[in-house]
Amino acid sequence: MSAKTLYDKLWDAHLVRQEEDGTALIYIDRQLLHEVTSPQAFEGLRMADRKPWRTDTNLATPDHNVPTTDLTGGVASIKDPVSRIQVETLGMNAREFGITEFAMGDIRQGIVHVVGPEEGATLPGMTLVCGDSHTATHGALGALAHGVGTSEVEHVLATQCLIQKKMKNMLVKVDGQLQPGVSPKDVVLAIIGHIGTAGGNGHAIEFGGQVFRDMSIEGRMTVCNMAIEAGARVGMVAVDEKTVEYVQGRPYSPKGDEWDMAVTAWMDLKSDEGAHFDTVVEMDGSVIEPQVSWGTSPEMVLDVNGMIPDPAKEMDAVKAGGIQRALDYMGLEANTAIKDIPAEYVFIGSCTNSRIEDFRAAAAVLKGRKISDKVELALVVPGSGLVKQQAEQEGLDKIFIEAGFEWRNPGCSMCLAMNADKLPAGKHCASTSNRNFEGRQGAGGRTHLVSPEMAAAAAVAGHFVDVRDYL
Amino acid sequence: MEKIVKMTAVVAPMDRANVDTDAIIPKQFLKSIKRSGFGPNLFDEWRYEDVGQPDADNSARPLRKEFVLNQSRYQGAKVLLARENFGCGSSREHAPWALKDYGFDVVIAPSFADIFFNNCFKNGIMPLVLDEKVVDELFKEVFAQEGYELTVDLESQQIVKPNGESIPFEIDSFRRHCLLNGLDDIGLTLAHQDDIKAYEAKRKQVSPWLFP
Repeated sequence: MSAKTLYDKLWDAHLVRQEEDGTALIYIDRQLLHEVTSPQAFEGLRMADRKPWRTDTNLATPDHNVPTTDLTGGVASIKDPVSRIQVETLGMNAREFGITEFAMGDIRQGIVHVVGPEEGATLPGMTLVCGDSHTATHGALGALAHGVGTSEVEHVLATQCLIQKKMKNMLVKVDGQLQPGVSPKDVVLAIIGHIGTAGGNGHAIEFGGQVFRDMSIEGRMTVCNMAIEAGARVGMVAVDEKTVEYVQGRPYSPKGDEWDMAVTAWMDLKSDEGAHFDTVVEMDGSVIEPQVSWGTSPEMVLDVNGMIPDPAKEMDAVKAGGIQRALDYMGLEANTAIKDIPAEYVFIGSCTNSRIEDFRAAAAVLKGRKISDKVELALVVPGSGLVKQQAEQEGLDKIFIEAGFEWRNPGCSMCLAMNADKLPAGKHCASTSNRNFEGRQGAGGRTHLVSPEMAAAAAVAGHFVDVRDYL
Repeated sequence: MEKIVKMTAVVAPMDRANVDTDAIIPKQFLKSIKRSGFGPNLFDEWRYEDVGQPDADNSARPLRKEFVLNQSRYQGAKVLLARENFGCGSSREHAPWALKDYGFDVVIAPSFADIFFNNCFKNGIMPLVLDEKVVDELFKEVFAQEGYELTVDLESQQIVKPNGESIPFEIDSFRRHCLLNGLDDIGLTLAHQDDIKAYEAKRKQVSPWLFP
């Protein structure tokens, strides 16, 4: 038998049927649902008088619209009536179709991509989809996971399958050892800066090499989460002992004999020696520096000690126009230092960086320090109720609050500002989220993507700084 | 889904790379629980001077006059000409819903983001990939000639320019078949339900933990 990549193995194991032209029907083991991309899918089922193929494979939780302030009124605490209807609709659909929902007020509620792994609802070897492009996150556990549109949410509900063609295989191999103060977020931002925001289009990316072997499971989630920002729907990391240890004992994880059987199967979830990748990118992890994005695309990213690029030096007219537009939007001058950019807002959260390790890293920088009075608002938003509880048990909430941060309730929050947490126009934000598109965190807002520790350091200084000076 | 076979329409040029789905339809409009009505908010932040709100009356809002869709020469456009990596970012199907609701049936670009590309087909939009040089040429021609129209013929897989010159395009045969016949993916898949059940029975033996 020929050598297979991890993606080949996951694909083959889920192939229901394949047409001669390569169009395939792929079985989906898990679908996560949230309030924004599911209402039209449930409506579609109702209109066609269809039922879910299986109910037990679906898990729902509201995240995009939920407030991060007072939640004591449950859904009623959402002041925006349009947002409230959307969250209520998720609850009604879950009840009508018999799907488990972690509703507002349930300690398990949170960002879908934090909740799935936390509950063991994401398992190695699974195919997992969600109507959200950051679904690649779950690939950190050796699952084949990607975002889908609402039509496909409905398709999976109705058939448990997706119509697909196989993607190409891409290996992003980062060897060497990361410097202290350089986090998984810096690794993935450096990768995006290197291959570009379309670099992974049409590919499933496997992240391999020493850096990912050494990385924690939560760190791998941060990296896989942003595969889409490199153009790839799928990001994944091979299963190892860390994966198995992470999954063990979680509510949805297999138990008893089935656990042993599962572990045996999972240990094969890695690319075989000599397996073929269509595209291979190699990088040296030891030279990666803390990263800060300066522009309006995640590929517009630089080392913290870098200088903002000059469109006059770019030969390609479309790219030069892109740089100029980004500078205008961001209110920045070419050839100035990243470190001169102010941090007026700070946001630590999102499906990229709202897990316990992220908070520990940020709190280590903030301990005994205060945020700058130039910072107008600094938020910490946990990825789930359970992350929040854990952080409070460790006393991290007190460190954040004493430093001057607001300690909020779980949700997507200011990553995309569908709830009340918005970045005002013209303000620069040190954000641990995943997208710096125009208007992403609020109309006119200026996002700079960084790691949690870099966001914490920027909060203390009031502008972007090298976190290694704060360790 | 409506069938698409052949159409001729004005082309609107979106002359920037990496147009993301947050730009195509900003987040506040994602709060709708419907599939329709997104057209007036397509490219909302680039199109209007003020910040749009869901369920607001868009007709009285101040327009950014220089924005392509606000220029009189591009009114009635059904073909959007774009640059590389169009539709990157979020998986929101609201992006193709907004394009379709506005009136676009075709988007032409040198490359598309994967999820957006896939979502187009589910909504009767043809995302056509053409060589970068060909796209560049089209941009020049669209800018040069007011009322520039293209004919897009899915049956013969040809784009015909005003001067009669034709450009062939590639399209996945299954996707083409679905667009030409207005087929519903779910109906097609459910025709294979015996295969799905057989797969499940087999998988249950190997991976019982996935069938609690």
